[in-house]
Amino acid sequence: MKFINYLEQISGVSIFPLISLMIFFIFFALLLFYVLKTDKNYFKKIEELPLDNN
Amino acid sequence: MTKETFSYDNKIVKWFAYATMLWAVVGMLVGVLAAFQLVFPELNFNLAQTTFGRVRPLHTNAVIFAFVGNGIFMGVYYSLQRLCKARMFSDTLSKIHFWGWQLIIVLAAVTLLAGFTTGKEYAELEWPIDILITIIWVVFGWNMFGTIIKRRERHLYVAIWFYIATFVTVAVLHLVNSFELPYSMMRSYSWYAGMQDALVQWWYGHNAVAFFLTTPYLGLMYYFMPKAAERPVYSYRLSIIHFWALIFLYIWAGPHHLLYTSLPDWAQSLGVVFSVMLIAPSWGGMINGLLTLRGVWDKVREDAVLKFMVVAVTAYGMATFEGPLLSFKNVNAIAHFTDWIVAHVHIGALGWNGFLTFGILYWLIPRMFKTTLYSKSMANTHFWLGTLGMLLYAIPMYWAGWTQSLMWKEFTPDGTLKYQFLETVVHLKPFYLLRSIGGTLYLTGTIVMIYNLIKTIKSGNFVANEEAEAAPLTKEYVSEHKEHWHRWIERKPVQMLVLSLVVILIGGIVEFVPTFLIQSNVPTISSVKPYTPLELQGRDIYVREGCYTCHSQMVRPFRSETARYGEYSKAGEHVYDHPFQWGSKRTGPDLAREGTQKLKKSNAWHFNHFYDPTSISPGSIMPRYPWLFENDLDIDITEAKIKAMQTLGVPYEAGYEKIANQDLMAQANEIVADLAKDNIKAMPQKEVIALIAYLQRLGTDISGEKK
Repeated sequence: MKFINYLEQISGVSIFPLISLMIFFIFFALLLFYVLKTDKNYFKKIEELPLDNN
Repeated sequence: MTKETFSYDNKIVKWFAYATMLWAVVGMLVGVLAAFQLVFPELNFNLAQTTFGRVRPLHTNAVIFAFVGNGIFMGVYYSLQRLCKARMFSDTLSKIHFWGWQLIIVLAAVTLLAGFTTGKEYAELEWPIDILITIIWVVFGWNMFGTIIKRRERHLYVAIWFYIATFVTVAVLHLVNSFELPYSMMRSYSWYAGMQDALVQWWYGHNAVAFFLTTPYLGLMYYFMPKAAERPVYSYRLSIIHFWALIFLYIWAGPHHLLYTSLPDWAQSLGVVFSVMLIAPSWGGMINGLLTLRGVWDKVREDAVLKFMVVAVTAYGMATFEGPLLSFKNVNAIAHFTDWIVAHVHIGALGWNGFLTFGILYWLIPRMFKTTLYSKSMANTHFWLGTLGMLLYAIPMYWAGWTQSLMWKEFTPDGTLKYQFLETVVHLKPFYLLRSIGGTLYLTGTIVMIYNLIKTIKSGNFVANEEAEAAPLTKEYVSEHKEHWHRWIERKPVQMLVLSLVVILIGGIVEFVPTFLIQSNVPTISSVKPYTPLELQGRDIYVREGCYTCHSQMVRPFRSETARYGEYSKAGEHVYDHPFQWGSKRTGPDLAREGTQKLKKSNAWHFNHFYDPTSISPGSIMPRYPWLFENDLDIDITEAKIKAMQTLGVPYEAGYEKIANQDLMAQANEIVADLAKDNIKAMPQKEVIALIAYLQRLGTDISGEKK
C-alpha cells in the first residue's frame, strides 16, 4: 500500500513535506554555518582534549 | 583558580577489560561451535541445550552484549573520566553496573540454552532479564551523567556525545521492542503481532547495530585513535556533522531488513532512502578516523595498536559501504536470506568491533599497569591470525551467499526449478567448513592476545587510583570566543540528551504510527483464523527451539519463490503471530507454506524427520530432536497461553481457555491415529505431536484447502 493513501486523508497535508524539508535543511545548514564560521583555535583547543595527559 | 587533586578509577576499567577478554573467548568459541555444527550436524550432540537453534542466539548475544558490551563500558569508563577530568560519579554505581551486567550475561547464557527465548533476534532474552537490563542500563546512565555533571572540563568532547546518544537510544530501543505480555514466570508473548512485530523488531535490530555496535565504538575511535596516534582527530568540524547526520539517518533505516516482505511498500522505500544516505556520515566518520593518522603512517608499521585500529576503521568503511548497497531492492533480492548477510555482519563484528577492542586493550593494559607490552611480536602474530581468520571467514561466506542465491533462482529451460533446496545446502558445506576454520583462526588470535596481556599484567604494577589535578568549573561561563548556538549544546549534557532523543524519535514515530493506526496497512483476510491450542503449543516449541535461526516464513513475490513455495506472503496472514517468525536466514527452506498441498508432507514424514532428518533427507544438516519424543507437552499452561492471546486481541471466544485442552487432546489423538496408519506408535501428549500440528497448519489459511 502506498503511503500517499494515508497522507491524502490529512487536511493541509501538503505543508508537511515542506516543514520536514525546512527543519532538515535549516538544522544542517546552521550546523554547516557553525562549523565553518567557528574560530579554528577553538576547535584546536577541543581537539586536544583527549591528548591532555592529565 | 586553584587546582583540585582527585583520582581516576582504573579498577572499574580493569574489571571491564577482564570481562571483555573472558566473554570474547566464550562468545567466539560458541560461534565456532555453531559454525562447525553446520558442517557436522553430529556436533549438535542430540541434546536440546547444545542444538544450533539455541547455540546461535547464545553466540550472537554473547558477542554483542557480553564481548562488545563490556568493551564499550571499558572504553567509556576510561575515556569519560579523563575527558571530564573527574572520577566516575559513584564507585558503588560502577560496581553495581559491572556485576549487574555480568549477572545478565550469565542469566542470558543459562536461559537461552534452556530454551527460554522471545524468538526475536538479538532481543531473545525473556521478560525478567529484560527488566534487569533496564535497571542496569539506568545505573550506567546515572553514573555517566553524574560524572558529566561534576566534570572539570567545560566542553564535551565529541566522544561523549556518542556515549550520550548511545545511552538514550538503546534505552528507547530496548523498552519499545521488549514490550511483551508474560504468561508464566519465564515466558511471554510479544505485544505486537506479525507485520507490526517485524517492523518494531527490525527497527530495534538495525539500531542495535547502529547504537550498540557503532555509535559507542565511534566514540571510542574518537578518543583512542588520537591517543594511539598521539595527534588530534583529523577534523573536529567533520566530527560534529558526522555525529548529527549519523544519528538522524540511522534510526530510519530498519525496514531495509524487510524488503520484499509483507511490510507496506512506503515503509520499505523509506528504509531504502535513508539507508542509501547513510553512506555519507558513515564514510565521513571513517575518513576522519583514517586521516587522523596523517603524517604518522610510518608508525602503523611498528605499532600493533595502530594496525588493529586501521583495519578496524577500514572494516567499518567496507561494512558501511556494503550496507547501503544491500539496501537497494535489486541487490537485496539476491542477498536476503543468504550467507552474504552473514559475511556482511562479520566484517562489522570481527573487523570493526573486534579489532578496535583489541587495539584499545593493547593500548590500555600496559598503561594501567605502568609497564610495556610483554611481546610485540606476539601482538603482530595476533594481528595476522585475526586478519587471515577474517578473510577466511568472509570470502567463503560471500561466495556461499551468491552461490546459494543463484541456485535458488535457477530454472531449467522447461521452466521448472533446477535445484532441490537440499542440493543447495549440500553444495555449500565446503564453504561452511572454510568459514569454521576462519573463525577458529580468529579465536586463536584472541587467545594469543590474552596470553600476551596476562604476561603484561604480571610484569606490571596496577595503578588503581590514578592521581590527577584540574581546576573546577566556574559558575559563570565566560566565552573566550564568539558564541554560536551549537557551542551552547556542547557545554550542556542534558540538552544534548534531549536533542538526541528528539532526533531519534522522529524516525521511529513516522514509521510506527501509520503502520499501527491505519487499518489498511494490514489488510485483514477473513479466512485467517487463530491457531488451535495444539498448534499454538507447537508454535511455542518452534520458537523455543530457535527454528527461526534457519527457517524463514516469508515467501517473497518472486517467480523463483512462488514456484518453490507457493503463494507469496501477505501481511494479513500474520495478524495472530506473537511473535512474528519471518526469520532472516534460509539455511533450511522457507516454511510459510509448509502445510499446503504443494509442499505437504505426511505426519509420518515429519515424525521421522524430527527424529533423524538424514534418514529422510540424506545430506541434511538439520539437527535431530530426540527430546521432543520424550518430553510431555505442558498442557497445564494452555489456559494461561490462550488468556494471554485474548488479552493481545486474538479472537478466541470468551471462556475458551477453560475448554481449550479438550480440543488440544482431540487434535493430538487425530494425529496419533494418522501416524498409526503408517505403523508409527506415538503418544498424543508428546511435544513432537504439537510441533507437527503447527507445521501442518502453516499456509493453509489462505490456500482454500480443508484443514
